[in-house]
Parts: sequence; C-alpha cells; structure tokens
Amino acid sequence: MEENNNILDNIAESEYKYGFVSNIEQELAPKGLNEDVIRFISAKKNEPSFLLEWRLRAFRHWQKMKEPNWAKVKYPPIDYQDIHYYAAPKNFNKYKSLDEVDPEILRTYEKLGIPLEEQKRLAGVAVDAVLDSVSVATTFKEKLNELGIIFCPISEAVHTHPELVEKYLGSVVPYTDNYFAALNSAVFSDGSFVYVPKGVRCPMELSTYFRINASSTGQFERTLIIADEGSYVSYLEGCTAPMRDENQLHAAVVELIAHKNAEIKYSTVQNWYPGDKEGKGGIYNFVTKRGLCEGENSKISWTQVETGSAITWKYPSCVLKGDNSVGEFYSVALTNNFQQADTGTKMIHLGKNTKSRIVSKGISAGRSDNSYRGLVKISKKADGARNFSQCDSLLLGDKCGAHTFPYIEVANKTAIVEHEATTSKISEDIIFYLNQRGISTEDAVALIVHGYAKEVLNNLPMEFAVEAKKLLSVSLEGSVG
Amino acid sequence: MALLSIKNLKAKINETEILHGINLEINPGETHAIMGPNGSGKSTLASVLAGKPGYEVTDGEVLFNGKNLLEMPPEVRAREGMFLAFQYPVEIPGVSNTNLIKSAVNEIRKYRNLEPLDAFDFISMIKEKAAMVEIEQSFLNRSVNLSISSNEVFQMAMLDPVLAVLDETDSGLDIDALRIVANGVNKLRRNDNAFLVITHYQRLLNYIVPDYVHVLYKGRIVKSGGKELALELEEKGYDWIKD
Ligand SMILES: Nc1ncnc2c1ncn2[C@@H]1O[C@H](COP(=O)(O)OP(=O)(O)OP(=O)(O)O)[C@@H](O)[C@H]1O
Ligand SMILES: [Mg+2]
Repeated sequence: MEENNNILDNIAESEYKYGFVSNIEQELAPKGLNEDVIRFISAKKNEPSFLLEWRLRAFRHWQKMKEPNWAKVKYPPIDYQDIHYYAAPKNFNKYKSLDEVDPEILRTYEKLGIPLEEQKRLAGVAVDAVLDSVSVATTFKEKLNELGIIFCPISEAVHTHPELVEKYLGSVVPYTDNYFAALNSAVFSDGSFVYVPKGVRCPMELSTYFRINASSTGQFERTLIIADEGSYVSYLEGCTAPMRDENQLHAAVVELIAHKNAEIKYSTVQNWYPGDKEGKGGIYNFVTKRGLCEGENSKISWTQVETGSAITWKYPSCVLKGDNSVGEFYSVALTNNFQQADTGTKMIHLGKNTKSRIVSKGISAGRSDNSYRGLVKISKKADGARNFSQCDSLLLGDKCGAHTFPYIEVANKTAIVEHEATTSKISEDIIFYLNQRGISTEDAVALIVHGYAKEVLNNLPMEFAVEAKKLLSVSLEGSVG
Repeated sequence: MALLSIKNLKAKINETEILHGINLEINPGETHAIMGPNGSGKSTLASVLAGKPGYEVTDGEVLFNGKNLLEMPPEVRAREGMFLAFQYPVEIPGVSNTNLIKSAVNEIRKYRNLEPLDAFDFISMIKEKAAMVEIEQSFLNRSVNLSISSNEVFQMAMLDPVLAVLDETDSGLDIDALRIVANGVNKLRRNDNAFLVITHYQRLLNYIVPDYVHVLYKGRIVKSGGKELALELEEKGYDWIKD
C-alpha cells in the first residue's frame, strides 16, 4: 500500500515536472502549491497576463509569510502542500431523486422552510432544465443589463471587463494584507463581480439570481463589488441551508468599494458544515472582508449571521476614507458543540465626520468558544469621528465560552468613541417561566435568541431575516434542557 | 369530576422530603386558599404542581382534568390550563411582553386545535382582557415589567387558565398590588375554572374570598374549613394547630 502510494506520488510529481501546465485538459491540479500550479490555474481560466503576474506576486509574498496565531482558535496544523488548488467544477448532481438523500438533511431543510425545488438543488438532485427559476434568472439578467449593472462570475469579468478588475482587484485587500488573503490572491477559484454605474440604484437584492445559479463556489472565493458615485446595491451571500464541502480549508476574500454618495449593503448567512457533535470535521473558514468608503458620504454596511463552520476567523471591516462616510457592522455569531468563532470588525476612520456603528451579538452553546474582536481606529485627521459599539454575549449552559477583545486607538481629540458590552445567560428559571406559559423549551430558546439578536436580524432583507431566524433556532436545537 | 385531585403527594428537594402526603380536591368554580407558617411547604406544592425542575415526586397521584398531571412536562401542564403566577419578575432582554404573550396564547391555541391569532385579533384580545382586569395597556410594550402583579394578572387573563395558582410572597403584597391581584382574580372567576391562592396572611382573603381554607403545616394539610378558618388563624396564630 505504502509502496503504491509512493509510486503514485512519483507519477504525479514527474507529470508536473514535465509541464502539466500545458495540459489544460486535466481536471485536477496535483496536490501542493508552487508557481507551476498557479500558472496552471491561470491557464485553465485563460486569464490575461496581468492577473497571472498578480497571482504570482501574491504567491511569492505568501511564501514569506507566517500563518497567524493570534486568534482565539485552536486547530491542528494545516498542510498547505496536501491540498488540491484546482479542480474542475464537478457535476453536482449526485442523486436522481430526493428519496436518495440523507433523511437527516431533508429534515433540516424542512425545518428551515426551504422550498422543494431548492431542496433538490442544494442536495444535489438532478432537476429538470425547464425550471421556473431559469426564466426568472433570465428576466433578472435583462433588467440588470438595461441599467448597466454588471453582475457575473469574477472569472467572466476578467474577460469582459478586464480594466475594472485590474483597477480594483486587491485595491482594498492587497495580497500583502494577511496570510489567507495572500493565499486566496494566488489561487482564487471564482466568486462574484458586481459593478453598479453612477447614479443607479440596483432595484433588487443581488441574491435571488445568485442563489438560483449558485454553483459550487469552492474554497477560495473572491468577490469584488464596486458601487460608483451615487449608486446603491444590496448583496446577499450564502444561504441558510447547511452547506457541506469536502474541502476543509476555506479562505475567501471580499472587497467592496463605495464611491461618493454610494451605498453598499452586504449581508451574509454562513452555515458551512460545523463538524459533528464530537467536534470532528467541519470547515475552517478564514475570511477577509473589507470595504472602502472611498468617496464622501459613502456608506458600507455589513450584516452577518454566522452559524456554521468548525472555525470562523472573520472581520468584515470598513475603511472610512471619504469625509462623512459611514461604516456599519451588525453580527450574530452562534457557536454550538465544539465550534470556535473569532469574529468582529475593524472600523478605520480616516476622513472627517466619519461615523461607525458596531452591533455584535455572540451566542455560545455546548462546549463552543465565541470571541468578539474589534478595532476602532481614529486617525489624526478624522475630526469629528464617532463610533458606537455594542458587544453582547449570550451563554447557554456553563461549558461554553464568550470573550470580548475591543481595541480602541484614538489619535484625534475631537473623536467620540463609545463601547458597551454585556454578558447574559439563559437561566433555568427563564426557561421554566416560559414553559409555564405553554412554550416548549426549544421555542423558549428561539424566543430568547430572536429577541436578543433582533437588532441584527432587522438589518437583513426581510425574507432573509425570516430564514435566518429559523436557522438560529435550528442551530440551537437540543442545547438546553 | 374534580378539576384537580391530589392524593397522598410526597415530594422532595435535594434529598429532603418536604411534602409528606398531601390530599386536596378542587372542583370547578371553587377558590381554595392555602395558609401556613414559613417553610411549611406552600411554595413547594405550587412548584410541584407546575412541574418546576429540581423537585422529585416520590409518591402519590395528581389528576388534572382527569389526566395524570405528573407525567406532563411543564409546558403541557400550562396548555392543559394550569397557570402559576410568578412572584419575581423574569426579564428577557429584547422580548417584549406582547411578544411573549402572543407566543404563549398561540401555543395554547395550537394545543386546543385552534388557528393562531392574527395580529388584528391579538390586539383586540389584548384590549378586551386588559379592560376586563382593569390594567393599563401601555406597559405591555416594554420588555421590562413595571409591576410584576399587573403583568401576571394580565397574562392570566390572556391565557384564561382552568386552574390558576397564586403564591403570595412571605413579605405579602403591598396594597396596590393586592388590589390588582384580587380584582383580577375576581373578574376571572367563573363556574368552570378554579383558583388556588397561597398566602401567609388573612388580609388577601378579605379581597379574594375563598370557598375553602386549608392549613399546611410541615408538609401536611392539618386543617381545612371555610373562609372563617382564615379569620380564626389571624386571631389565634398557627400555634393552636401545631400538635
Ligand atoms: N432548594 C431547596 N433545598 C433544600 N430545601 C429547600 C429548598 N427550597 C426550600 N426548601 C425547604 O423546604 C421547606 C418548604 O419551603 P417552601 O418554600 O415550600 O415553604 P413556604 O411554605 O412556601 O414558606 P414561606 O411561607 O416562607 O413562603 C422549607 O423548610 C425550606 O427550607
Ligand atoms: Mg413560599
């Protein structure tokens, strides 16, 4: 066996030695990361040379970096040479009908209220080509075209709008930013690209389309959203259905750019596989999300509901460069069983009269660990800057942990920075009280959690909020009583 | 048929037996008072009936609406129509009273195979019930209770229990609260429901006139009588029954 493996390894190695790069028919890059693999990925996508060069620079930089270890998360060392960095999109349809799908998964879909057609798609059941959703997507696309809104996979935008991609890619999150951002820049697979032209208000949430067409987005997702002067866009990422993926490591990068008077609302529901009740398996989710409020009066608002992944490492941030620009971060992070989350935000105030607001609601259950980590930085020139932060933790049971790490750096005397934090516990008395009013323990927990997270959930687009509420309850099932 | 029938109920907490064999029958339309000195087990009885965790029933039987009460989880007891008024406010951040009561009302309706109330019907119900027990509606939108008594009385009106158990704190109610509670109970009394009022003091019974009074002493009901028994206890104290 051992020997066989060695032989296979040797074959793989020799194959790459002799330049598999030219052989772009191949569906899978061999394990490991080196310049040839990056050339292979880029060639596969037929990318312009600026992008290949950029990937290579990112890779060279990454090689000099060290994996960060400051977050309050623990995991065994990742062998970066033991990962395939390119695999052709697979045919996702594994089953002929829903009957073949794990009933446990179907029950969860049911509880989340996911429509039947969508259940099929999520579970990987073959669906008829003549689907309502296809025509919906088409009308959707036409409408966006009329308004001049570009919304497509980034791999497509590289070809159709190379000038925009070249100008903005890495402009908010340079590959030098951090270890995972560098890795993503070197090997990113695909993701979304959005450009909203001057003065255009995107009339629909950019989600319906996305969800209908969501293909397996892969582990190194890259998203770039540009709102030109005076425009508005609301973008939704993810969905409430539990998402499984054979790749354990996920390192996505999201960049947002809001020009003068523009507004971007970015909402996320993250429910990647969290691992089992014993803490085995689950996704490591190391994400870099940052928005640049480039112009005056621009606004970027992040809303996230994080319930999935074994490890979450994620700090959606705002760089408030334009005067009077506004950054917001609304977050619910729920951890259960053995999940670990270290999440928060950075608000970097550069411009005058910039404002930021942080509302973070951590919910810990089981033996999980949940940390809020946030930085509010007011630079010297940011006269009249204001920040308000509210960081709350809710504990279910006494084996879980909640931690708050607020960092505040103020270099301007006129700034006002306020920080409030609370920790509360769902006590047996509260549960009994609600039981005595006819409410089951499960519903009682849901009621409490929805009340607690209300301020964040209210920021989600309506239909997403309903799903997110259900998701919170389902994620906490069986954690009390 | 009795609405509540308790036979030889024994219960312990932390390995100490507190109730040593309680017998009590409550019929529809009746109001019963339980009196007794500190530590006699009054609150324990109320908690055991409501199914509060931490109590272990070691013997006896309790039938409620002819069903085995002790087998039901607390929420099912509530849906069957058992209501326990709480003495101390329970705060749930972000959850308004209205929200809580709506969930409760709809759970109970579901149990009775009724459709959930829509927002419009729910608001009419709030108005109707608040007027009935003469409570201002304005406090309902807060997540913090202004007055625990008002809140509990209002919830009682909304949930329309078959049997309501009210346990007065050992310090007694202040006069405003006393009036609110008594008024609420009196407005809700019907010939198809019943009340179990637990108190230290005779005073409350001037406002809620009971049909029967029981004296609980060291985990047993040692004496039962009509409303005059309360006056007798007030006059003579508990010593004369302690033998
Ligand atoms: N958690 C507990 N652990 C052990 N003993 C307890 C516990 N709670 C109550 N007891 C005991 O049980 C007995 C009955 O208490 P209970 O509160 O039922 O009395 P009560 O009649 O309601 O008194 P009061 O008039 O003061 O309200 C008391 O001796 C009390 O000390
Ligand atoms: Mg008591």
